[in-house]
Amino acid sequence: MADTSPNPQDLDPNAVHGCASGGSCGCSGGTDDVSEADMDAPMDGNQVMGTYYDGGKIENRSMGGLALTRREFATSMGIVTGAIAAAGCSGDALEVFKQTRLREMTQPQVKEFLARLEREYKAKYNTDITVGATPPAEGVKFAYALDLSRCIGCRRCVHACVKENNQSRPNPEGEHNNPIQWIKVLEMEKEKGINLEEADPYYNPDKVPREGHFYMPVACQQCENPPCTKVCPVQATWKEADGIVVIDYDWCIGCRYCMVACPYGARRFNWAEPHLPQKDINPNTHVLGNRPRSKGVVEKCTWCIQRVRNGRYPACVEICPVGARKFGNLNDPHGEIRAVLENKRVYILKEDLNTQPKFFYFFGV
Amino acid sequence: MLNKLFQFIKGAVHHITHGGRVYYMWVAFLLLLIAWGGYGYSNQFREGLIVTSMRDQVMWGFYIGNFTFLVGVAAAAVVLVIPAYIYHWGPIYEIVIIGELLAISAIIMCLGFVSVDIGRPDRFTHIMPLIGSLNWPRSMLAWDVLVLNMYLILNVSIVSHILWRAFHGREPSKGFVVPLVLFSIPAAVSIHSVTAFLYSGLGGRPFWNDAILAPRFLASAFCSGPAIILILLQILRKTAGLNIKDAAIQKIAELMAYAIAINLFFLGAELFKEYYSDTNHITHAQYLYFGLKGATGLGIYAWTSVAANVVALVLFLVPATRNNFFTLNVGCVLLYVGVYIEKGIGLVIPGLTPDTLGEIYEYVPTRHEMQVAAGVFGLGFLAFTVMIKVAIPVALGKLTYKPRDGEVLPAEPVEHAV
Ligand code: SF4
Ligand code: SF4
Repeated sequence: MADTSPNPQDLDPNAVHGCASGGSCGCSGGTDDVSEADMDAPMDGNQVMGTYYDGGKIENRSMGGLALTRREFATSMGIVTGAIAAAGCSGDALEVFKQTRLREMTQPQVKEFLARLEREYKAKYNTDITVGATPPAEGVKFAYALDLSRCIGCRRCVHACVKENNQSRPNPEGEHNNPIQWIKVLEMEKEKGINLEEADPYYNPDKVPREGHFYMPVACQQCENPPCTKVCPVQATWKEADGIVVIDYDWCIGCRYCMVACPYGARRFNWAEPHLPQKDINPNTHVLGNRPRSKGVVEKCTWCIQRVRNGRYPACVEICPVGARKFGNLNDPHGEIRAVLENKRVYILKEDLNTQPKFFYFFGV
Repeated sequence: MLNKLFQFIKGAVHHITHGGRVYYMWVAFLLLLIAWGGYGYSNQFREGLIVTSMRDQVMWGFYIGNFTFLVGVAAAAVVLVIPAYIYHWGPIYEIVIIGELLAISAIIMCLGFVSVDIGRPDRFTHIMPLIGSLNWPRSMLAWDVLVLNMYLILNVSIVSHILWRAFHGREPSKGFVVPLVLFSIPAAVSIHSVTAFLYSGLGGRPFWNDAILAPRFLASAFCSGPAIILILLQILRKTAGLNIKDAAIQKIAELMAYAIAINLFFLGAELFKEYYSDTNHITHAQYLYFGLKGATGLGIYAWTSVAANVVALVLFLVPATRNNFFTLNVGCVLLYVGVYIEKGIGLVIPGLTPDTLGEIYEYVPTRHEMQVAAGVFGLGFLAFTVMIKVAIPVALGKLTYKPRDGEVLPAEPVEHAV
């Protein structure tokens, strides 16, 4: 993908704050305190099917009835590999063999897992990175709205997203250049309307918006009926209770079937080892969101899960210089999203596919 | 038992390591291919899939195309067994064995292509039934893992049974083989249907999201699978002394003519739908056959495929060319080429181009992908060669168990060949 940065000198990024465009952010449900309390809450350590925040809700695995769970299997593998450890392998390297899915971990296991990730990142990037696991808040269903009549196609959101979410950066001098951007802004001609076949993602004029054109940023639509999670052969991607579709980067096998299934081109693959220089790292991460990824796994927009579960707006909402982006709790009757749905003309991308996006395009004027 | 197994292995090794000059050259060639492919794969393993030309717009390519084609070969190889029974073709078990061994080799290659395609091969346990977290029954890929493995086990069981019995100079047990062979027929249909559903179940990909895809897969498989078998039968009756009648070969060819005709009819039905309705979804077919916005990378392959299938149809339809071994073999090769394109890159690439947001990224496999693919093919061909090298002497009674002096063998019930 070409790294196209439009010349932004005509735009004052501070002119309008995304956050200022509406006071009623509905996403204050989850805070750090909640997560801490949750982590320390007494829980049943023997519960094999327990998950990191929600013991009962997640459907059983296909092998749920079998006597030997994968964890037990992995432990017996651990005995075998113990010999390797004795021969000088570090304890963390051994842990990788015993890895279970995040969704199956008990809370103490999650804690241990996050600590291990932090150690690994410290060793790899020589930076202190915190990996959180704030769970979804009760009663919150996140949703997003984007004003097509306001968006000017400046791509501020694209780059704010890359900074916030630790995506692989351009590396033209390196052996492999594999920059990743989660948001793709499409330029379309006003005359032709919303027509993806005629859209241009590589527009690069001196100034935006261009005469006769409008802009449509596309990222993960956080579908309520997501085809991507349905097709994953190993259950490495799923929809959380607050509606965010997430990926377990430590369980994904990189088959890319989810990318094939996604009708919105929202998913990205780490074709090479991601290029993330130390100076560019955002150290505040979430285990299901912006923590650094490895080669060979899939990633995508999570609406900044590390922010929104802690009461903040996504980075793209904050940066948008024209306030085209709205975010909030769909269940909040007085929230921004409901106001948009009730008062504006709304457009849903590929509505006929019944993916039921929680990302609503609308026309503010 | 152990002694028998030891004798069997000794005999097998002897047959594998002894052959004519052509055999040695062939095996050496395959080993070279595998080494070359393995070297390519080690690069890919280190650098990542970036060494392919797959990207976020076209995330599946040559590897998955080959996988899809080979599932068809695996499925069709076994179906030959039905006419072999119905028409009482000479050495029935030999034909069964060849079909099953071809199926086994094709599945080995299928698994190979899936393995080289995944980004984290080190996590392969995640997708293993029971040990991993297979997303069954929701994911079609999980289904595919299950049915392919089941099919592999099925074929291995049938062949092992027939050969083990033949090793003892005994007929296979009909009570064991016949039900399994019969079951392998719906199993063959299932592996190909599930692979078609892998594609046709995706609402966001109009080129694939089509009920006719599974029937088309089957029709095309019944062209390419038998095309390979026809040629194999001819080679083996020359080199391995198999007694296969001309009539059997001509019967297969006749049945294939129907399959080619049906396959072309399905293609026509598909093209009619695309071009007459003329919706936005036409872009994929348009890209495949005529190119889109100056991107014409696939046109030459698409038309080669159509032309090859049409010429093959004529060759198989006209009795004079069907009964002439030269034209018949030309037809087989054309058919192989035609279906290889149609079910390989001709299916995967246009389904993904233009991508879901309308972008056209022209995918052309890199030399690297070809190299790795050559290695996987080499592996499959070598597996087939080695297996057939052992199976045929056993089936022909040239490699049998010799009881030690004084060993008493139990009396066997009398059984007749089918
Ligand atoms: S937009 Fe794509 S990746 Fe996001 S939830 Fe929907 S199908 Fe999945
Ligand atoms: S690439 Fe990863 S997340 Fe996507 S379907 Fe495959 S295993 Fe699942």
